Amino acid sequence: MSNIPENLRYSKDHEWVSVDGDIATIGITDYAQSSLGDVVYIDFPRVGDKVEAHAAFGSVESVKAVSEIFTPIAGEVSEVNEPLNDAPESVNTDPYGEGWMVKIKMDNPGEADGLLSSVEYEEYLSSQE
Amino acid sequence: MSENDLKRTPLNAAHRALGGKMVDFGGWDMPVQYKAGVIEEHMATRTRAGLFDVSHMGEILVEGPGAIAFVNGITSNDVTALADGQAHYSCLTNEEGGVVDDLLVYRFGPEKLLLVVNAGTTDKDWDWISSHKGDSDVKLTNQSPDYCQIAIQGPQATEILQGLTDTDLAGIQYYWFTEGTVDGIDSIISRTGYTGEDGFEVYAAADRAGQLWNKMLDAGADAGILPCGLAARNTLRLEAGMSLYGHELGDNISPLEAGLGWITKLNKEGGFIGRDAIAKQKEAGLTRKIAGFEMTEPGIARDGFDVYIGDEKSGMVTSGSPAPYLKKNIGLAFLPPEFAKPGQELKIDIRGKKVAAVTVATPFYKREK
Repeated sequence: MSNIPENLRYSKDHEWVSVDGDIATIGITDYAQSSLGDVVYIDFPRVGDKVEAHAAFGSVESVKAVSEIFTPIAGEVSEVNEPLNDAPESVNTDPYGEGWMVKIKMDNPGEADGLLSSVEYEEYLSSQE
Repeated sequence: MSENDLKRTPLNAAHRALGGKMVDFGGWDMPVQYKAGVIEEHMATRTRAGLFDVSHMGEILVEGPGAIAFVNGITSNDVTALADGQAHYSCLTNEEGGVVDDLLVYRFGPEKLLLVVNAGTTDKDWDWISSHKGDSDVKLTNQSPDYCQIAIQGPQATEILQGLTDTDLAGIQYYWFTEGTVDGIDSIISRTGYTGEDGFEVYAAADRAGQLWNKMLDAGADAGILPCGLAARNTLRLEAGMSLYGHELGDNISPLEAGLGWITKLNKEGGFIGRDAIAKQKEAGLTRKIAGFEMTEPGIARDGFDVYIGDEKSGMVTSGSPAPYLKKNIGLAFLPPEFAKPGQELKIDIRGKKVAAVTVATPFYKREK
């Protein structure tokens, strides 16, 4: 069973979002990392890039496959998790912690409220099986 | 295709019990990896031992006075060079010199050969081989459902398997085999594999698969054996520079283009299907050839990506992956022969970004003997 922390928001593309003021931290969910398998490479956006909601802004690659990462939130990339360049496996071992991917300064700080709650995301996952 | 339509090996339940992540592989419900994950599984095979269910592979028995001549006429390698108890790698070729499948040919005796073919092409191969039987004095039997096949590979493989058999494994040379018992089960024990490691492939009756699998896992537990899925099988064969049908090999690819000239015996007596087309291609010069490459900038090349030399689109990636043991991103690609030598700088179009790579000699990985 996937780990789905209650304090986060989720997208149907299997990203999670944590909000602190106008900064959204984004990563991929436990379900997503488990589906991908061993993550070996992350193609990050650049700090300063403007991103639109639900647009692909980078990719995460496992040994077997590549998957685009979508931002559920519009804004400007304020930070990327550089240590993942040397330790991409953190996405597998700690997807909600050290495996975070980017921080975005949100255009509209209320936007995350429109995303799925942990309960809704869990229901969504069950409906996909 | 729904899950219920997929074919299953006798070890399907065992894979699920081990936490195997099951995928549709050419119509077969197979584990792509287990709990440890592809990198751990790959490393276990390189440094200790890995166990692979390859029961989905096809087995076609050719018996009768015409067995050797018949198989010699439909495959590229020289079957007359095989001794009893010896096997070789070969290609089933078509009239145009393309490859119907790559396979292993086992010689049990002058009138008995076993062809081991790829899972996804077993039906195609059976139809092809049957339709070329003509008036050859042979009996063909598709024994694929009757056999299980389990591969134990890695530096500890021999020691682990030796604990389960009276057959002296040290006496079996690379690409030789013998009939014996493993844990009391009648088996064909073959010193072959698809990983670049030493090891064995064990064939036995399908209904004994569970016992064989569990005994090998138990016997290898102290050595740190891991069950390995298709993902590790692919990364291991790629590091070892081995071809995969549907990637480096296909109906429109000749063995020469795939770098398999060493198993293409153009001058063998009697010739073989496609021999003239291949000889003609050799004389005219190849227009493409498989070359190994490694990425020199961050990025992973995947099957189907375009390869550029300078600004010119010059080739295509056939296989690409991170190489877990070598810790590089590697691949194989079709290139014009003049650019296929090691040291050629390339750019690979990775989703619109041109990323640098360089050709290198294959195999990428070679075990120490």
